[in-house]
Amino acid sequence: MSLKAEIHIPINSDADIVTARQQGRELAQQAGFNGSDLTVISTAISEVARNIVEHARSGEIVLSVANGPGRSGLVVVARDHGPGILDISLAMQDGYSTGKGLGLGLPGTRRLMDEFEITSKPGAGTTVTMKKWRR
Amino acid sequence: MRVPILKQGGYLIASIQSALSDYELLQLRDDLSAQVGRFRSRGVIVDVTVLDVMDSFAVRTLRAIAQIGHMRGAETVIVGIQPEVAFAMVQLGLALGDVETALDLEEGLALLDLRTKRGESHVTES
Repeated sequence: MSLKAEIHIPINSDADIVTARQQGRELAQQAGFNGSDLTVISTAISEVARNIVEHARSGEIVLSVANGPGRSGLVVVARDHGPGILDISLAMQDGYSTGKGLGLGLPGTRRLMDEFEITSKPGAGTTVTMKKWRR
Repeated sequence: MRVPILKQGGYLIASIQSALSDYELLQLRDDLSAQVGRFRSRGVIVDVTVLDVMDSFAVRTLRAIAQIGHMRGAETVIVGIQPEVAFAMVQLGLALGDVETALDLEEGLALLDLRTKRGESHVTES
């Protein structure tokens, strides 16, 4: 099976964070997730969407279903063209924050998902790609 | 949508009705802070039963609500955190600190009665 259509959600304000996590929950449900996985996925989407609003002001969340051999899951990509992250390993430390947050956003989000990858170029933006596989 | 705040005796009960944006959460914080003063409330309950996500911003704002309320002489209890939400919060590393919680509205009211040492008086007081 191949990838289903992608859902693109523009992130420009705090209201878009709510939209992104609700759409993420819906797609996850369609992909066969249930129970606490749905909450975990929408919480993770909320955190990366908020990162976009706080640090880059605008960007997008792209949701898709991944169907691989023997497993399926949800892929979340959070992309922005903001200032980027100077030191990714520092940003991934619990308690580190340059924003108004608790400094748990990125490291906490990684704990919520099965796969988590972050690429960033100072001045060019940040892309977070994360996946949750159905158990 | 603004969160409705119900005045019951000496307590304020904020029943969240739907998912809230960051702005709406901050509005709730400010509304509660103002109403604690206006109604001279001794206790605040925030009912989060309908929330299917509590992310870092929501937790931070609830903590702020409790802390501001405390400085204004009111105790705050968060009620109705769903089991899946609690699970996700723990995984994310979020804690409510010393903010009081209770299973539901009934338990929350009982806890406020204890904390404010008013017994059943919230029912009869004007």
